[in-house]
Amino acid sequence: MSVDEERVLIQLQDESGEVLGSPFDVPLDISPDKLQLVCNALLQKEEPVPFLFFVKDAEVVSSLGSCVQTLGLETEQVLPVVYQPQAVFRVRAVARCTSSLEGHTEAVISVAFSPTGKYLASGSGDTTVRFWDLSTETPHHTARGHTHWVLSIAWSPDGKKLASGCKNSQIFLWDPITGSQIGKPLTGHTKWITWLCWEPLHLNPECRYLASTSKDCSIRIWDTVLGRCDKILTGHTQSVTCVKWGGDGLLYTSSQDRTIKVWRAKDGVQCRTLQGHAHWVNTLALSTDYVLRTGAFEPATATINPQDLTGSLEEIKEKALKRYNSIRGEGHERLVSGSDDFTMFLWNPAEEKKPVARLTGHQALVNEVLFSPDTRLIASASFDKSIKIWDGKTGKYLTSLRGHVGPVYQVAWSADSRLLVSGSSDSTLKVWDIKKGKLNADLPGHADEVFAVDWSPDGQRVASGGKDKCLRIWRK
Amino acid sequence: MPQNEHIELHRKRHGYRLDHHERKRKKESREVHERSHKARKMIGLKAKLYHKQRHAEKIQMKKTIKMHEQRKSKQKDDDKTPEGAVPAYLLDREGQSRAKVLSNMIKQKRKEKAGKWEVPLPKVRAQGETEVLKVIRTGKRQKKAWKRMVTKVCFVGDGFTRKPPKYERFIRPMGLRFKKAHVTHPELKATFCLPILGVKKNPSSSLYTTLGVITKGTVIEVNVSELGLVTQGGKVIWGKYAQVTNNPENDGCINAVLLV
Repeated sequence: MSVDEERVLIQLQDESGEVLGSPFDVPLDISPDKLQLVCNALLQKEEPVPFLFFVKDAEVVSSLGSCVQTLGLETEQVLPVVYQPQAVFRVRAVARCTSSLEGHTEAVISVAFSPTGKYLASGSGDTTVRFWDLSTETPHHTARGHTHWVLSIAWSPDGKKLASGCKNSQIFLWDPITGSQIGKPLTGHTKWITWLCWEPLHLNPECRYLASTSKDCSIRIWDTVLGRCDKILTGHTQSVTCVKWGGDGLLYTSSQDRTIKVWRAKDGVQCRTLQGHAHWVNTLALSTDYVLRTGAFEPATATINPQDLTGSLEEIKEKALKRYNSIRGEGHERLVSGSDDFTMFLWNPAEEKKPVARLTGHQALVNEVLFSPDTRLIASASFDKSIKIWDGKTGKYLTSLRGHVGPVYQVAWSADSRLLVSGSSDSTLKVWDIKKGKLNADLPGHADEVFAVDWSPDGQRVASGGKDKCLRIWRK
Repeated sequence: MPQNEHIELHRKRHGYRLDHHERKRKKESREVHERSHKARKMIGLKAKLYHKQRHAEKIQMKKTIKMHEQRKSKQKDDDKTPEGAVPAYLLDREGQSRAKVLSNMIKQKRKEKAGKWEVPLPKVRAQGETEVLKVIRTGKRQKKAWKRMVTKVCFVGDGFTRKPPKYERFIRPMGLRFKKAHVTHPELKATFCLPILGVKKNPSSSLYTTLGVITKGTVIEVNVSELGLVTQGGKVIWGKYAQVTNNPENDGCINAVLLV
């Protein structure tokens, strides 16, 4: 036994720099589990929360000592150790295909779970939107009405309405319980609809306003209750590819004219133009995306049978607002944009025009970027067959996930931010474990390219649809 | 069948019978009935041949009628939605086989090293010396003819100073010196006015390349820092090649297409 164990003074800090307690003495070979116990005790939480610990951005994996050694830090000074709370619940990786839902007569183009995970909707090239019953995994309703391919679908944050946009520039609203149309089709765009986005729940619990973008270079804000167009935002000179409604009342739109524009949702005034990309901007992702999508539903409280949201409008609004504020944290929302010029930019759009960081490394165009639900990581899917993981705050490159043999079309995070599922044109889906940076499960089964993937917010199922006209549901 | 034109001659000289047109019209309308009467009454081999011929005729008639009918009731085939549904992110993209892209990049790098490029205008008309260079006569009796003046647009670098006039063999007039080119990005379909960095290769002759003569088909290097392109390593690309697509001496400007 060594006479004097090496000990070191550490100071626990949270991500924003606030210190927890005072510096204290620990042996150098302390493991992350013991550190977790200490942290939980100091925070006085009722249930133990798992933590990750970082010393100067390097994760403490086996013991504090090895970390200090690799970094070459002095043990005489007080060592700041940053702790990051992880999600309490753990989402299990999906491993098998429980059903292959046929029914569409053309390729399935878009797939989306409702915010509580109770309903599943899919839009397809056969001009129908189909609702599927998840408990029996059978078709529920077929919503007919569109006259061309259904390009994008979006659930309202309370899960009571589904909006779908088609290639003939029409938007329909559907009721998931009966499968029938709500109101009249919303017309006004002159070319196909590229993206739909609802107003966040905490800004308006009625879920009244919907933003749609189209190839005709305009963005329209629709009033779904009155069934008409409220505002038209013009300014882009080429097709608008994506729109995100931020939680602070700002709208972010990206376009093929290489710019991203920031608008005020209240009066439709353009605030800022973010320039920098050298080719089309394909996709946008907000750090608060996941929490805006799930609204008042908290994935940690999910049960086996997904339920509808209950409570009055006020209660729902408060819950959503509380969740939004906790995820957003101190700063403003961050925006990441992926483009055809093989790079992505990390922006702080509410404050400045200049990007925070430029994320380079991909060898082909970036098709989709997504923040993890806890906003710490960014995943980017690209046509160069790889997925790259970046740090959500600084944009630093973390790791590459390789394994696909064809362009990766879409990715989806699990609700606890530990797993990522990706669908690609090589007809497979792959589940990746982020902590290890490796492949968790390979999910073959589709006969042709996989166009759309989604992970249900309660973490139980993954749905994927593709060119082979069938929708597959995967469970653990 | 009349063997000469005596009928026509008579018609020209004396005109038609007074009831000729009415009789003709009525005979033609009776023809239908007579034809059907014949078809019914004919027997034997003659009938067989006739019916075979008539059947073929009727098929043709039916086809033309159907064609005419289709043109009359022109309906857009709206009910049929086209096949090949793709998601929104694939809509504006042509279906290039992605597997080839990476190998294309490697091939491109090899070609760049070898000095050959895939250019939009592979073959250009070679310009002869008499066209590009004009003979300038000098001397007391205007007999010496060793000087030449360039008649096409050219590019001289930033630090260009003329040789002493007594010794300069090639004159590049200031009016024909250009610094900027209108470069079109082939995929973005947008045109930018970019400063020229240099002339890389003139297809007609290496002499023109060293002189900096820009004609149609010349590959020039342009400063693309305005576009904001970036390499994988994060370095900003600031020079790219472009090929000239017009005759600059006729238009007064240089139009080029970027070689991506």
